[in-house]
Amino acid sequence: MSGKIWVVVQHRDGKLHRGSREAIAAGQALAAEIGSAVEAVILGSGVESLAGELAGFAIESVRVLEHALLAEYTPGGYVAALAPLVRSHAPAFVISPHTYQAADFLPRLAQAADGALVPEAIGFLRVEGELQWKRPVLGGKLHARVRVKGEGVIFVSIQSGAFSADSAKVGSAPIQREAPALDGSQLMREVLGFERATTDQVDLTKADIIVAVGRGVGGADKLGPVEELARLIGGEIAASRPVIDSGWLPRDRQVGSSGQTVAPKLYLALGISGAIQHLVGMKGSSVIAAVNKDATAPIFKIATYGCVGDLHEIVPALSQVLRERAG
Amino acid sequence: MKIAVCVKQVPDPEARLRVNREGTWIDEDEVPFVLNESDEYAVEEGLRLAESTGGEVVAFSLGPDRTREAVRKVLALGAARAVVLTDPAFQGGDAMATGRALAAAIRKEGVDLVLAGSQSGDQGFAATASVIAGELGWPHAWLVMGVELEPGNATMKIKREMEGGVNESSRLSLPAVIEVQAGINHPRYASLKGIMAAKKKEIAERSPADLGLDAAKIGRAGSRLETVAVALPESGREVVWIEGDAAAMAKALIEKLQNEARVLR
Repeated sequence: MSGKIWVVVQHRDGKLHRGSREAIAAGQALAAEIGSAVEAVILGSGVESLAGELAGFAIESVRVLEHALLAEYTPGGYVAALAPLVRSHAPAFVISPHTYQAADFLPRLAQAADGALVPEAIGFLRVEGELQWKRPVLGGKLHARVRVKGEGVIFVSIQSGAFSADSAKVGSAPIQREAPALDGSQLMREVLGFERATTDQVDLTKADIIVAVGRGVGGADKLGPVEELARLIGGEIAASRPVIDSGWLPRDRQVGSSGQTVAPKLYLALGISGAIQHLVGMKGSSVIAAVNKDATAPIFKIATYGCVGDLHEIVPALSQVLRERAG
Repeated sequence: MKIAVCVKQVPDPEARLRVNREGTWIDEDEVPFVLNESDEYAVEEGLRLAESTGGEVVAFSLGPDRTREAVRKVLALGAARAVVLTDPAFQGGDAMATGRALAAAIRKEGVDLVLAGSQSGDQGFAATASVIAGELGWPHAWLVMGVELEPGNATMKIKREMEGGVNESSRLSLPAVIEVQAGINHPRYASLKGIMAAKKKEIAERSPADLGLDAAKIGRAGSRLETVAVALPESGREVVWIEGDAAAMAKALIEKLQNEARVLR
């Protein structure tokens, strides 16, 4: 296959998003597989130091798209700046981390460039010479292998954690600057500001033990035994997104891509099926003990210990054991 | 205001799934289908905006015949009408092909705003509504946690979720496509009256020809992405299963956490 691999990185407040390094690692791995070269692409205003950081990877070059209208991310700005370049240079792949930002602009960029879109890839493989991508479907319960048909640029977003940022190879790359032609009408969104969604009263990142509940708990009125268990085991209560959305617990208790990212010594997952958005936020836990009725739930794929059963029976039993041990 | 809400029927997230004999997807005959979760919030947001502006909600859905059930539920909640794309030529598409078809149906209807869920519980492309926006040439925003129409209904202030508990606040001009995140509101339940009324509401079927669409550009034929196989995720490490009744499991788990993993004192 000819054509280069472009990695469009994400950054904010002068820092590269961790997923950017993972996407570079993915791009390097893909380049090695198909015999191609990686170019990093960064959009923004005043991003010299980040461009310098990117130049420290083993890639062919860093392409800097610098414009005052790119100072804040907007999907319109990114698409207007990138689409003409993608059309004229025709890279084989445009890769980005699968972040909330990429999910916002990548589909429209793919469409504007008449390309194919492979969202949320977790890896690639060759099957009888053909490149295929793996991606989670059905909330992560299954992994699908997809092939891309036809001609044109392939846009891929890389799921967090699918490639290790530490595996990105270092080197030295030249930086080339370009000033895309943009006008304000192309942004399609006027950014007014940013605010913290929660007041973050509870800092789950500092907890050694987290007792997390999912949809399976069934209601706010059924949280009592879980709270007792958390007290006895010395843990903080946390939850997956559906519990928060249902209003059973406040939003500052949410673990996952839109909540807090935690890495306690022990993560007790109760009635959590393990949608990818949740796994992203807790897979760094040292020990994961999962209780779920469904033995095929994705949480068991990353759990250290697994109990298949009803949390409403197992939680009181756990409390009972802890009480007995305390004497 | 005329508001399009795009909905999709997906396998119940609580259901156990079995891979089909060919290994290419799940055995759909064995699972109950429900309205996609984030779409429920999009419907609620659409109904609220329609109520506050004296407008109406039109539901759009692409899927097999059973998609009519999903649409019937949206009609019971308060949508005025529905448009469905159930022709086999529309089925099995990726985000590009599906977005193209839905955009054509929406264009024909003429609406001021499109609402959709941010991600489906089956394919999970999180892209179809953005493609609709691209086809229509309208602004869009993904993962929206708040919408507020501004005076004149020509612009809208939105709150968009970002990683790490930060929201972006921004302004879009209408018409636009808004992809709603679960939790933006509390979806209502259908009333008995609503369910009865829904039986009389129109569900219009549109064919590729009605929409002036080339069959080679839609559905499976028009997709660049093709699913070759599905399988259970491979395990990174092997889970240690703890067996027995609840009391036995509790005892064994605490014992392992204390003496084997040493994460409990």
